[in-house]
Amino acid sequence: MSVLDREMPGVAMTPDNIRRRNLPLGTNLLIVVAALVVSAVVVLGAGIGNWLLVVVLASVIYLVGLNVVASRVEGKRAARNRMWQTLIYAACVLAVLPLASVVWTLISKGASRLDGDFFGSSMANIGARDPNGGAYHAIIGTLEQVGIAALIAVPLGVLGAVYLVEYGRGRFANTVRFFVDVMTGIPSIVAGLFILSFWVLVVSKWFNDGNPEYSGFAASLALSVLMLPTIVRSTEEMLRLVPGPLREGSYALGVPQWKTILKVVLPTAAPGIVTGVMLAIARAAGETAPVLLVAGGLARINFDPFSGGQASLALYVYQQAGDASKYAPARAWTAALTLVALVLILTIAAKLLARRNKLTR
Amino acid sequence: MGDYPFRSENATAGDLGVTSRHAQGAGYGVPPSRYEEPPIGGGGALPKKSRFSMETGFRGVSTAAGTMVLVIIVAIAIFLISQAIPAIKADSENFLTYNRWSPNEAVPAFGIAVLALGTLLSSIIALLVAVPIALAIALFLTHYAPRRLATPLGFVIDLLAAVPSVVFGLWGRDLLQEPVRDFSVWLNHYFGWLPIFGGEGPFGQSIMLGGLVLSIMVLPIVTSLSREVFQQTPGMNEEAALALGATKWEMIRVAVLPYGKPGVIAAVMLGLGRALGETIALALTLGITWEISFNLIQTGGNSIAANIANSFNEANDTGRGALIASGLVLFAITLIVNMTARAIIYRRREFRDSAA
Amino acid sequence: MAKRIEASNVSSYYGSFKAIDNVSMTVEPKTITALIGPSGCGKSTFLRSINRMHEVLPNARIEGRLTIDDQNIYDADVDITAVRRMIGMVFQRPNPFPTMSIYENAVAGLKLNGVKKRSVLDDAAEKSLRSANLWDEVKDRLDRPGAGLSGGQQQRLCIARTIAVEPQVVLMDEPCSALDPISTLAIEDLMFKLKDSFTIIIVTHNMQQAARVSDKTGFFSIDKTGDPGRLIEYDYTQKIFSNPSQKKTEDYITGRFG
Repeated sequence: MSVLDREMPGVAMTPDNIRRRNLPLGTNLLIVVAALVVSAVVVLGAGIGNWLLVVVLASVIYLVGLNVVASRVEGKRAARNRMWQTLIYAACVLAVLPLASVVWTLISKGASRLDGDFFGSSMANIGARDPNGGAYHAIIGTLEQVGIAALIAVPLGVLGAVYLVEYGRGRFANTVRFFVDVMTGIPSIVAGLFILSFWVLVVSKWFNDGNPEYSGFAASLALSVLMLPTIVRSTEEMLRLVPGPLREGSYALGVPQWKTILKVVLPTAAPGIVTGVMLAIARAAGETAPVLLVAGGLARINFDPFSGGQASLALYVYQQAGDASKYAPARAWTAALTLVALVLILTIAAKLLARRNKLTR
Repeated sequence: MGDYPFRSENATAGDLGVTSRHAQGAGYGVPPSRYEEPPIGGGGALPKKSRFSMETGFRGVSTAAGTMVLVIIVAIAIFLISQAIPAIKADSENFLTYNRWSPNEAVPAFGIAVLALGTLLSSIIALLVAVPIALAIALFLTHYAPRRLATPLGFVIDLLAAVPSVVFGLWGRDLLQEPVRDFSVWLNHYFGWLPIFGGEGPFGQSIMLGGLVLSIMVLPIVTSLSREVFQQTPGMNEEAALALGATKWEMIRVAVLPYGKPGVIAAVMLGLGRALGETIALALTLGITWEISFNLIQTGGNSIAANIANSFNEANDTGRGALIASGLVLFAITLIVNMTARAIIYRRREFRDSAA
Repeated sequence: MAKRIEASNVSSYYGSFKAIDNVSMTVEPKTITALIGPSGCGKSTFLRSINRMHEVLPNARIEGRLTIDDQNIYDADVDITAVRRMIGMVFQRPNPFPTMSIYENAVAGLKLNGVKKRSVLDDAAEKSLRSANLWDEVKDRLDRPGAGLSGGQQQRLCIARTIAVEPQVVLMDEPCSALDPISTLAIEDLMFKLKDSFTIIIVTHNMQQAARVSDKTGFFSIDKTGDPGRLIEYDYTQKIFSNPSQKKTEDYITGRFG
């Protein structure tokens, strides 16, 4: 007689019980109905809540009931397996709900101001009673700031990744790599404060007769601080995927390392690098806090990122959300929709590009 | 997604002994060639290496770019400290324990007690809600869902991570606030005897609302990292568990979860870092009070980051310095949290590479 | 508690790819059966079909009957976990659970089945580790991680883990292919010992090993890549290695093929 036969008569497999005793679907549904009824009677009968509580309580009762019944029919282990599976599926449904709500709200509330005026005008001279007003200046700001930020962060990031993959050895390179990862977690508001205390409060005074000046460029600097680690990281991963023989082939032809990197390695990794850059740009375009701190948030159109302050789409959403005008929420939601569209188009394009990338497949 | 990030951390691809030595040797250790001019017709010496080559230049530039990251992190600390010190000196109260924020007065008095507490509470709520769901989704994606479902769902979760925080903040304020208020009233009615659910109202723009919005933003981070970790579980360990007669859940409990534990802890800490530093979503959803309170459902609450966004426009020089000082605290905390998380991930990667 | 296994007309598929075609064989209780053949001939697939590990892979399925003491394990109402508990498996590469100690590895199967009593677990751990010829080497460090053992020890730990739940059949999928000759010898000795209590089926690349350990041998082969594997010949090991009745078997045994 085996240990299990002695200790666990229920689970030990004798020749006759490799048969599974399955819980019939009907029983399962019966438990659902019973749980709902019990829950409704308890909740509504005692008047302690509405239909939402009925559903919540019913799910709890269902889980417990299912576990008890399944334990009897299928055995404890199968019942536990079933319970966890139910919980895991339920969690997924639960997570999709807020997402669906966000998408629905964005579209239903955001569509109201999707008009030419919104995309063609700024908030200059728009008072609390004016229903119009637009985000043209904010869109300009976002595009300029993100563009400049990319111009700063992309070369730095790609070169930094080249260092990590091609040249960096030993403890220093490992330290750099570690802090690149750590830097991805720096809160955006801290990046904003950094540029505030470094650029706006100190450096910009030299160019502006001793007065600190908010500008779109300062926002670009803050965004580039946020983009840099993301770009380094994704580029590094791509460079590592470039097959060694490709490099060796180039070295064997007598091509020096720097030329190999520029002419062979980087072009091979280029699609992947572009994907990473697009994701970084998408993230930067959605940042509000740094722009709020250093760009000034101008209400009128200003094409000059280097002086006079600027707005951005994300900041515009935040400003309109805090505005007391009854027309502000509509503007906020439409701007949010625009922003999400911009960010998601970038993200999706980046992901599709990644899918076609030969290196990562 | 490749399931394994490329294995070797140090060696590989470009690391060909010959060429790296070649590159390194520029400028020193090259014995002078005896042949000043190689004779025509071959058979002579190799061309001399030039002292200042493009190689050295390119190497220098990329090293500088790599170093930039360290420079920036140090610069953040330096500049925040330099701006914070005058403000903290001007503070008439204890910066760490005082619970009001009046830095713009003639006698500035401000402290981060309320802010730190609010930051902590909202982050805890966010993690309590998000982590179980995120782990469940990660398990679903890696072990339950058929491929046809897992790929698009994983994609959607990634997109969720890309949605700007201001949008979640707006959604939380305009949409989630009402259900949360109703729920809070209900909680207050039946569980008001618990200090965290007590109070007379009003309810709604509370730590709970902020925490719930944060949880949606933390979710994708924890999910995608845990998913990566669960995917790395050695298939042979999963098979070993199954071959012992484990059910699917037992297989997960025996093989997947223990193996992924350090990675999951790191994922949770990265999520915590995100929650601690989130600004705009909280600035839009919290009700702002300056009371030290553990109440989760009354309108009120505040956080370091949200306070920076909210108070920035009215701040004078000392006020700005005070906000920067609070930001410095936030920077230090998130730096520690992130470094811990990364250290765990790095240790785990070494362990995995040496085991494989 | 050893069982007779009977396969009749078993075909396995990965999606639309047919990996083995129409295999029929009978394995007597308390014997060692070796499955040999060139790479990709489906012998491992067949082995994994016996304890329904085959279907762990997505889209894998099976046709035909596979009975253990006259019960078809592919009947619709059969509990897969019960089948796998009854038919243990040792894998090609040693795969102790990396997060568990030697002790925990040895009793992992019992714990899964709900055994909690410390004394029972202790006894079972000692018994299975002894049966796996590992006890003397690890008795002083049962709480150390299983991954810290040598490859051969790890494989014996995996065998201990498998036999701790006292299955009736033990399947071994090239258990020695990742081991050095000394460890291989230790495992082969172990197999002779286990034969007293278990029915053993072993897949091996190593023909000497098959000749040394097995009572009966099945030879699998494929005509060309992409074709399903077939059972060419199944007979007493002595006969297969001295006087095979099929030309293909002879070619393979004498090294003229594969």
